[in-house]
Amino acid sequence: MNPAEKLTLDIFKNDQESHIIIRQEICRRCAIKPCLRICPGGLYSLNEETQEILVEFAGCLECGSCRVACPDGALEWRYPRGGFGVQYRYG
Amino acid sequence: MERMDAVVVGAGLAGLTCAYRLACEGMQVLVLERGDHPGSKNVTGGRIYLRPLRPYLPELWDKAPLERQVTKEVITMMSAGAAFTAQFTSDKFREHSYTILRSRFDKWLGERVVERGGFIVPQRRVTDLLREDGRIAGVVSEGEEIPAHVVVAADGALSLLAEQAGLRGPLAPRHAAVALKEVIKLTPPVIEERFGLSPGEGAAHLFFGAITEGVFGGGFLYTNQETVSLGLVLGIDSFLRHPAARETHAIFEAFKGRREIAPLIKGGELVEYSAHLIPEGGNKPVRQPYTDGFLVAGDAAGLALNMGITVRGMEFAMASGYLAAQTVKQAKEKGDYSATTLAAYATLLKESFVLKDMETFRRSLDVLENPRMTGFYPAWVCKVMEDVFWIGEGPKQRVSFTIWKGIRQGLFNLRAIKDLLRLRRI
Ligand SMILES: Cc1cc2nc3c(=O)[nH]c(=O)nc-3n(C[C@H](O)[C@H](O)[C@H](O)COP(=O)(O)OP(=O)(O)OC[C@H]3O[C@@H](n4cnc5c(N)ncnc54)[C@H](O)[C@@H]3O)c2cc1C
Ligand code: SF4
Ligand code: SF4
Repeated sequence: MNPAEKLTLDIFKNDQESHIIIRQEICRRCAIKPCLRICPGGLYSLNEETQEILVEFAGCLECGSCRVACPDGALEWRYPRGGFGVQYRYG
Repeated sequence: MERMDAVVVGAGLAGLTCAYRLACEGMQVLVLERGDHPGSKNVTGGRIYLRPLRPYLPELWDKAPLERQVTKEVITMMSAGAAFTAQFTSDKFREHSYTILRSRFDKWLGERVVERGGFIVPQRRVTDLLREDGRIAGVVSEGEEIPAHVVVAADGALSLLAEQAGLRGPLAPRHAAVALKEVIKLTPPVIEERFGLSPGEGAAHLFFGAITEGVFGGGFLYTNQETVSLGLVLGIDSFLRHPAARETHAIFEAFKGRREIAPLIKGGELVEYSAHLIPEGGNKPVRQPYTDGFLVAGDAAGLALNMGITVRGMEFAMASGYLAAQTVKQAKEKGDYSATTLAAYATLLKESFVLKDMETFRRSLDVLENPRMTGFYPAWVCKVMEDVFWIGEGPKQRVSFTIWKGIRQGLFNLRAIKDLLRLRRI
């Protein structure tokens, strides 16, 4: 099962605004781009045309791994506003 | 707004235990939690050991929503195509450790806090610390100021608040592991039959070796009442050092598909997918967990021992929350919430099992993180066992000879002897 399918099983309450802001100018200099591999939700992708890093913040599990793994501090990462984001029923 | 005795940030185990104790002592306490209810953002493996906690919280456990008491310990070492499993049961393992699911457990603990007169406000994210004359004097939640004599940061592994208070820097890859977890629904009879358990009994099954594809970490499976928790833990620093490693979710899927795992979850319904950080604080709890008007507890203070395949954090979270509450109580009696008074917290932690265990196991991570621990040795054990059990076309060597040969080839070299000596540090 791919992560996108798994995420459909979780409860998300989505905010309009992203809680993860990416500074593209830093990403452009990032050679290994670990965000693409570390995210348990597989939410990061690279747009081949524009060479921009994208994150589908609405499926974020709020683990914070991308924030820790990003070598160059390109992410302005916050928790979603109170009452938004993933809500675990088992945990 | 009236100044509270204490504002606790985060309704996890550390925060709720702190609030519970404060409320029991008749103090005014407010817990702010960003999730819909306590526990709704929280993930563990996991199992909780009750014995270290009973002296602090003797009254709490009778009605607690514990899943199963762990009576069976299983460890599996895996190579690419083989696995060796050791299983241990003991009559002594009664009321020793229990599996839990945090969304349920924390919600229940939150109800105990409210019952004692504590306040919990969910759906509230704390964004900043409130400062007066240079000292911390409360918190700011989405623009609203909430003054308090003490702020207890129990905001989990990432602890953005301890960072803001200047007690620690951003979490470094070296100090964190990422965990991916699935909760899979089965029925109690199926769980009991599959894992060889009586009703109410549970198993803790840990896996290490080739499943993490060279990255430091391991897998786990815990049986709950009617679900199993299946997860994989990967050290972030180690992951970054393996640029060829696949996506974390792909490594997890491959783990699930292994012949040793798939039958254990067969026919189960996946009901939740989660991910969370684990602080590998073993080497580095926050050096000074207090400052003027501020205490930090639980994962936020780096109080967790990740030994790769087994994690202890929940008892540390609850005990540190309890000790933080004791400290706040003393501060209130003195009418002084400065760092000088709150420093008592560090002493209480040092005298408790929390920092004693952290110190004892401080260097075990260095030993376990040795790449040969997840690479060479599990594969070596599997190879020796394969040779022992294999009957081929030609004549077979004596079993003792086969084992001896394995030991000679695998362990009679300087590197292995060094590793063996280092094992004393665990
Ligand atoms: C996969 C996994 C397996 C584990 N296995 C085990 C195990 O078997 N045994 C064991 O003992 N330990 C285990 N641990 C570790 C254990 O789960 C943690 O040590 C424990 O949960 C820490 O509790 P805590 O209260 O400090 O933090 P948390 O439980 O993380 O609670 C933090 C709380 O703060 C809230 N919060 C954070 N920021 C804000 C903010 N700005 N405003 C408002 N609220 C906020 C969060 O929503 C959350 O409710 C495991 C951990 C993981 C991830
Ligand atoms: S790891 Fe950080 S810097 Fe590199 S591409 Fe990803 S977000 Fe950008
Ligand atoms: S916080 Fe975790 S789930 Fe969310 S985008 Fe980052 S790595 Fe992915």
